[in-house]
Formats: sequence, C-alpha cells, structure tokens
Amino acid sequence: MRLSYPPNIKIIQVPCTGKVDVLYLLKSFQRGADGVYVAGCMEGNCHYLTGNLRARKRVEYTKKILDEIGIGGERLEMYNMSAAQGPRFVEIANEMTERIKKLGPNPIKLFAATKSEEGAQKEKEECFV
Amino acid sequence: MIIGKGKSIKNILAMIENHSKIIVAGCRGCVTVCSAGGEKEVGILSAALSLGREKDGKPIEIKEVTLERQCDPEYLESIRSFVDEYEAVVSIACGAGVQFLAEKFRKIPLYPGIDTNFIGVTETQGVWTERCQACGDCKLHLTGGICPISRCAKSLFNGPCGGSSKGKCEVNPEVDCGWQLIYDRLKELGKLDQLEIIIPINDWSTSRDGGPRKIIREDLTL
Amino acid sequence: MTSDSRLEKILSQGDFAVTSECGPPRGADPEIIRKKGTLIKDFVDAINVTDNQTSVVRMSSFSSCVILKQMGINPVLQMVTRDRNRIAIQSDILGAAALGINNILCLSGDHQKFGDHAKAKNVYDLDSIHLIQTVKQMRDEGKFLGGDDIKGKPRFFIGAAANPFADPFEFRVIRLAKKVAAGAQFIQTQCIYNLDRFKEWMQLVRDRGLHEKVHILGGVTPMKSLGMANYMKKMVPGMDVPDELIARIKGVPKEKQAEEGIKMCVETIQHLREIEGVHGVHIMAIEWEEMVPHIVQNAGLLPRPKIE
Repeated sequence: MRLSYPPNIKIIQVPCTGKVDVLYLLKSFQRGADGVYVAGCMEGNCHYLTGNLRARKRVEYTKKILDEIGIGGERLEMYNMSAAQGPRFVEIANEMTERIKKLGPNPIKLFAATKSEEGAQKEKEECFV
Repeated sequence: MIIGKGKSIKNILAMIENHSKIIVAGCRGCVTVCSAGGEKEVGILSAALSLGREKDGKPIEIKEVTLERQCDPEYLESIRSFVDEYEAVVSIACGAGVQFLAEKFRKIPLYPGIDTNFIGVTETQGVWTERCQACGDCKLHLTGGICPISRCAKSLFNGPCGGSSKGKCEVNPEVDCGWQLIYDRLKELGKLDQLEIIIPINDWSTSRDGGPRKIIREDLTL
Repeated sequence: MTSDSRLEKILSQGDFAVTSECGPPRGADPEIIRKKGTLIKDFVDAINVTDNQTSVVRMSSFSSCVILKQMGINPVLQMVTRDRNRIAIQSDILGAAALGINNILCLSGDHQKFGDHAKAKNVYDLDSIHLIQTVKQMRDEGKFLGGDDIKGKPRFFIGAAANPFADPFEFRVIRLAKKVAAGAQFIQTQCIYNLDRFKEWMQLVRDRGLHEKVHILGGVTPMKSLGMANYMKKMVPGMDVPDELIARIKGVPKEKQAEEGIKMCVETIQHLREIEGVHGVHIMAIEWEEMVPHIVQNAGLLPRPKIE
C-alpha cells in the first residue's frame, strides 16, 4: 500500500503470536526497548485456532509484572488486526509511538546511559513483534 | 503433586535488596508441572528481577539453574561447586526444596520465591485444586474416594453441615461441598448405606498436629 | 431423666416445649444478657445462648449461661467445635455441669470466614456428631474420650441442630438419624418458612421412626421487614424463604411489615403444633428478643406447664 509508519519500530516476525513467550517480552525491555507491542490476528481467525488468545493472556500477565517492577505495563500492548488491514497497522504504529513518547524512555536507560555510549544511541527504539 | 504459586516480584525484590549476585534455582519436579518453579519460570523471574533492579540503578547478577529436584540430596550437589561465589539463593521450588537447600548449604541465605499451597491435581490447564492434607491415616475407602479433611472446609467426618447449598460450600459458592461430592459418589456406587455409619473421632496425631513427621523404611535403608 | 433439665422434664411429660435464644453482647457487660434473660424468662422453658455465632467474637456462651443460671433461668449451652479441641471441650463440659448448666446444643459451627476473624486457625478436632458422642460418653459411661474415668459425671440433656432446608435433601434425615444414634435427645431446627418442605421432611423423619426417639423443636424467626426477608432468602446458606412469603410482606406498607412478620411467625407455630412428631418450638428472634413474649402469648402457649 506504500503507507509509511514511524521509523523507530523494529519488527520481529513470528509464524503466530502464540509463539510469543512472556520471556521474550521481558527480554525486549532488558535489551532497551522503550515499548513493545504484539500484533496478532483477529480473534476467531487464528490459523492455529487459539494462538492469539494465548498471546493476549501472556501479554496481560507480563503487563502485571512490568507494573510490579516499576517499568510500567503501559509500555506493552496487544493488538489484533488482519493481514489485509494496512491502514490499521499504521494507525497502531502511530498510536503506540505516541504513547511511548509520552511515557519517555525505558527507565533502565536512565542509569545505563551513564555507563555506555551505545546506550545513548538506542533512544526511542520500539519493538513491533 | 505439590502446587505452588510465585510470590510477588516486589516481595522477592525486597528479600534480595542487599545482594548483587544471586542464584535463582528452579526444580523440574512438581513446580514445573504447575508452572511455578520450572526452567521457564526461572527465566521469567530472573528477567523480571534484573529489570527491576536495573531500573533502580542497582544491577544484579543472576545465575539461572534448574535442578532435577530439590528434595533429594544427590541433586543438590550439582550447585556445590559454585554456590559460594554467590550471595544468596532464591529458590522457586516448594517449601521442602527451599529448606533442603538451606540445610545443605549453610553459608548462604535461602529465600523462597514461591508460596507452597497444597497437594493437589490439575483440573484443567492453569487450574489446580487441593485434594490431600497428608493426614497420615487415609480414609478414602470410607468416603467413596473423596477426602472429608481436605474437601470439606470444616473437615467434618459426618457431614454435610447445614450450610451446604445446591452442592456448594457455604464458605465459597464456587467451591463444591465435599460431602455433597461424597454423597453423589456413594450414590453412583450404590453404597449410600455407608453414610449411615458414624465415622469415628479422628486420631490427629498422625497429621501435622502430632509434630514434625518421619518415615523410615527399614527395608530400604543402607 | 438423664439430667435435671426442665426442658427434658417438659418434653418427657408430653408438653409442647418453648425455647428461645439470646445473643450475647460484643463486650464484657453482663447487664445486656441479664436484660434479655429477664424479658423472656417467664415465657419459655429454656434459653439458648449462641456460641460466637457466624464466627463473630462475642461474650462466650458458657459465661452467658452462667449469668442466666444465676438468675434462675434454664440455659442451653451452645457449643461449636470450630474453636476448641477435645481437651477444651471436655473441660468446658465439666465446668458447665459444675455450674448447674444442664442443656447442651452440639454444633460444628459456622466457618470463620463469615466472621470478623477470617484469618484465624479453625479447630474442628471433632464434628457435631462426635461432640454428641462425647457428652453422652461422659454422662453415661463416666469416661473421658481418652479412656480415663471421670470423677463426678456431668449430667446433660443433649441437643443437636437439623436443617431440613439444606442440601442434599434426601440425606438430611439420614444425618438426623446419625445424630440420634450418637445420643441426641432433642433437636432444634433451622428457622422454618417453607412449611410444605418441612412437612415433607417430617414425613421422612416419621418413616424412620425418629420422632419417637428424639424430640423435635421447630425453629421459627419472625421477619422484621421486607429487607430482612430478602436478605434471608438470598444471603443465608441453607435457608428456604418461599416467594409467597416475600410477596406477603411486600404487600403490606412498611410500618406494618414487622407486625405482619410476627403474625406469620405465630401462624407457623400454630401449624407446627399440628404436625405429628414436632414436640416444641424454638423461637429465634435475633436482636428482637422483646417480641418473644408477644409471640408466645399469641400462639396460645401460655401459661408454661408445671413440672409434674
């Protein structure tokens, strides 16, 4: 469709969001992601039947962990869309980018930034899984 | 199996506040089956603790290990070679495992990363319920295979009480009345007459009330 | 007679017995119990004192019974197994007997989750049937549960509770039979609103011949208001409040609802007197003890019989 979406989004493709584990989500933040969102198929349309439902549950679980440790569950979100919904994809990309901009960088970078220069260059990196 | 559930991360962070190098130890036994303390949970807990500490500017080094079991002394030996290099161990095995580690590794503080809840079964994925209270004197033959101690909130031996309503316990409308279950089962087995017999006063000395317990099998000791 | 209990004598001589209950205070003031006792003592044959009912801490049934006994009233000691083990139970049975208390109602007790101390450990060393057996053994065999002899046997008229409205319905009578076999001599039932269901239960009781082995006192509680009626219907486990009753209270203006509740209570008592096997009534006017004289009078139960 040649629609453009914010350049700060890093896409990680998986065959089904059912593959996404709580651990991948936490590790993304450990590696400096400011925000993470999981884009799965519309509920009821999962090729593997319940993969996207499991993903949603894991996202909810991880949000709670993120809240508890003070990173903030709002930095993580689950969205559902069909592969054909180009404009929706862009809409979400913008929505999430705006949200994360408001929240600021991943809190771990506030201390890590003093340790390495590479850390400073990783500003505003988001993961789109 | 023994069922447990992870303590809140906040709680665990408070325990390890003053440590900067710890081991998170899981177990491939019961806690793996109930997704509380297996290898995966070790990974998740370690990631969460790391993130939480880094955010506060107090990074922590975590070694992740998952032991075959934490309730047999041979398996605990697998960490002896490096345990002294660390300041604490957070064990996410059941209470028995945490304690056994503490017994075998005297110089290092042991912290429990889960709450051990009960002996139970998997009803469906993600749902576990209590079945056994380890009373030490099993009476399941008297009650159609359903335990009055663990499944009746009052551990009545001649229930149900007057609060049993529509098959549910007065304590929680989502909990089955243990005695309704016993009644139904004995009915299915055609053995309702068993319920006319008074089950006598219990000897609680074989359960926790009698003090910490020990079993010795002479035929097996070396 | 197995005890010096007036209640036992009244029932043995074939009279329709009347008992009621006092809820003890949530404090240490004995006057509260004395006042309640004074209100109802001339209208009943015995007065129950509840034992930390619904697991809410109150002055103990034991001490309240002693206060009533000192006033010349016949108390029924309600004892639950939730809060005490067999050692404390046997000890209290001896103590109560020593202080002249001669009626005991053996209960398991509401789970502590209902009360104001939900974090407490519960005991349930014995259940209600075991408790009945215990009192009987102490009284008749003069032996403690552990086997030692008792020097100075306690004498008690032993009671138990029955709930014809809890589930499973078919099993309720079997459980009653167990209580009778264990030694129960009188039964006080959960409050009756569904007379048809109660009559069904009584038929099952008579089919087993239990009405000849134990004295059944039907429980009644007057409704104070529509709110109370709805609460009892929806929130109290093991309670059966028929829709017609709710409708009847609803159909009356708010100021008249209490009066209607009393009327219905009196009618229930009159029905109970007609049922074969029902030997008395147990009036539970929760925090409304002042209505008991009125109810007893209107139900035609005065004067209370003399002991022959």
